[in-house]
Amino acid sequence: MLILECPYCGVKAEETELHAGGEAHLTRHATGSTDDELKFYLFQRKNPKGVHFERWRHVNGCGKWFHAARCTMTLEVFGTYSAQTFEPPKALLSSIKAKRPDWQAT
Amino acid sequence: MSNVVSALQGVSADGYVEVQEMGLQGMLTLRGDLSMAKLAKAVKAAVGVEMPKQRKINLNGQTGAAWMSPDELLLIMPHAQATATAAKLTKALGKTHSLVANVSDARVVFTLSGKGAREVVAKLAPVDMQALKKGEIRRSRMAQVPAAFWLSGKDEITIVAFRSVATYVFDLLANAAAPGGEVDAY
Repeated sequence: MLILECPYCGVKAEETELHAGGEAHLTRHATGSTDDELKFYLFQRKNPKGVHFERWRHVNGCGKWFHAARCTMTLEVFGTYSAQTFEPPKALLSSIKAKRPDWQAT
Repeated sequence: MSNVVSALQGVSADGYVEVQEMGLQGMLTLRGDLSMAKLAKAVKAAVGVEMPKQRKINLNGQTGAAWMSPDELLLIMPHAQATATAAKLTKALGKTHSLVANVSDARVVFTLSGKGAREVVAKLAPVDMQALKKGEIRRSRMAQVPAAFWLSGKDEITIVAFRSVATYVFDLLANAAAPGGEVDAY
């Protein structure tokens, strides 16, 4: 069971109260982008074994979207943070780095 | 004038916890920036309570305000006052970026009363009912539908759900509260 703390209402929400929204921090390539950029934006997703950044929605709760960083292998949750950002908070990245020294942010 | 009735017209079920549909309840949804002083003032004028903090519900007799999300409140009042309160609130907020909607007839309200009330909710919602404090409102789901609930008294829980699923929620609660289903978890 996955438990994520919603950064908006502070509820420790269990997985079934949430809706998964896929990979986080995608750049939206649209008009004016190259075919390759559009292809990667539309179809190509990371599928790492290990640290992953995802979007989640607290659908049976406050209804807000937020971000979560977790390990896809152990289900360890590193943290959740606001949706109003383009990249994970520095503090979160360094705490992940401390726990997973081999991990490289890409 | 049409005869306004609640979804299940006060139906009840007697189990080891009593399930009761509460009849008509006035409810408004208010959306806007909850940190604005103007909003807090308008809420106070409309329902007579302070702006609730995160996940809190402030009740004063038959009126109150509940925190639903960072930009949403649920205002509670007697059903007959809902339309007038909505108009008053809309006027008070004026051009402030906000929305007031009368959702009274879109909802259904139940109460659970009895020693096992927390346990009945715990059977249906993924919520740590031991940790739920008085004065706190929790939005979650009950089986497959959204619901919100709070502790409204000693061994009493009030539940708000959508009217369209009123029968479903009642059946769920009645089944979870049926005699012989005691878990004695709390």
